[in-house]
Amino acid sequence: MIGVLPYVVCVWVLLIGIYGVVTSRHLIHLIVCLSVAQSSTYILLLAVGYRKDFAAPVFIDIPRKTQAVDPVVQALTLTDVVVGATVTALLLAIAVQMHKRLHTLDPDELDPLRD
Amino acid sequence: MSAPQRRPGELSFEGRRRIFLTGAAGLAALLAWGLAGLPSFDGFTPRYGQVVNQIGVEDAGTTAVVAAVNFDYRAFDTLGEEFILFAAVLGLALLLRSRRDERRIAADDDAWGRQVPPSSSAVRLTTVLIAGPTVLLAVYITAHGHLTPGGGFQGGVIAATALLLVYLGGEYIAMSRVRPVALVEVAKASGAGAFVLIGIGGLIFSGAFLENFLPKGEPGELVSAGTIPLLSVAVGFEVAGGFVLLLSEFIEQLLIIRRPGERT
Repeated sequence: MIGVLPYVVCVWVLLIGIYGVVTSRHLIHLIVCLSVAQSSTYILLLAVGYRKDFAAPVFIDIPRKTQAVDPVVQALTLTDVVVGATVTALLLAIAVQMHKRLHTLDPDELDPLRD
Repeated sequence: MSAPQRRPGELSFEGRRRIFLTGAAGLAALLAWGLAGLPSFDGFTPRYGQVVNQIGVEDAGTTAVVAAVNFDYRAFDTLGEEFILFAAVLGLALLLRSRRDERRIAADDDAWGRQVPPSSSAVRLTTVLIAGPTVLLAVYITAHGHLTPGGGFQGGVIAATALLLVYLGGEYIAMSRVRPVALVEVAKASGAGAFVLIGIGGLIFSGAFLENFLPKGEPGELVSAGTIPLLSVAVGFEVAGGFVLLLSEFIEQLLIIRRPGERT
């Protein structure tokens, strides 16, 4: 069971995030839900690299030959976090503009044909 | 909360949820199928990761192997990542530019006609005390990125937080004084430019773009690991500049954003 648990958590976080996006009635809430969905990728990446009893891949105060967890997925997670932050910032900016122009943050009020 | 009015032919909330549940079941099945092919948790030995761990310290001269991956072995990806950040901040500045019919007025409280009260003395004192050490911490995290966990991305964000502290404790005027836009933009652009220039340096001196062409030194020393700390500092400048710009654009929205004679 423990062998698949992180993957189950990852799928669950992704789906619950998308559920939030689909049923959202407020754009800020929707953006947070998108961040939740995206954080499932952090869980997946870190879970793939994790090994019990292995050290962190930082060899400043441990012997060089110590076994350490996978540094590559950790670097990928860093990229993921940065991209996630920028996407959130851009979407929030769009939400601000929408509130200014249309005076609503309800995605249901959005009409593609509205001026 | 009552359900919003629907236009004719529009999907109801329940209908939307049903469609989602159908799709989500399919997606969950696909993901379960895909993830079932992965090795079980805690049972996977990645060859690439192990090789990087074993040779990273001697080869790249850094004790933080994640930094070696980010700024040496996969530095090209980091370049792309940096420019994603660059483009996003540019797009944000473009989206939030003030329109001609907008003017600056002080932010109102949610209550009708009441100004936002100034920050309390306790908040001011705390932020004054914290802002300096925050900048110091940012410099430390950035400069030691090749030795311990940290680096330009983390340090840059911490540096930008210092600006938020100034805004929290002081006034907008104080913030615009510590945020000279031109300087911030120069920091951001030169950070991005320096990364590419260091990469071209690798091309010239070692024959490959972003090759670590400087002497590696003794791993664990502050001056070591060749180009890794330089790239890290370049990223630090870019990220700090980008996030300062990003945060101040949002804070600015609190102040301008109302057309004359209009509330909210």
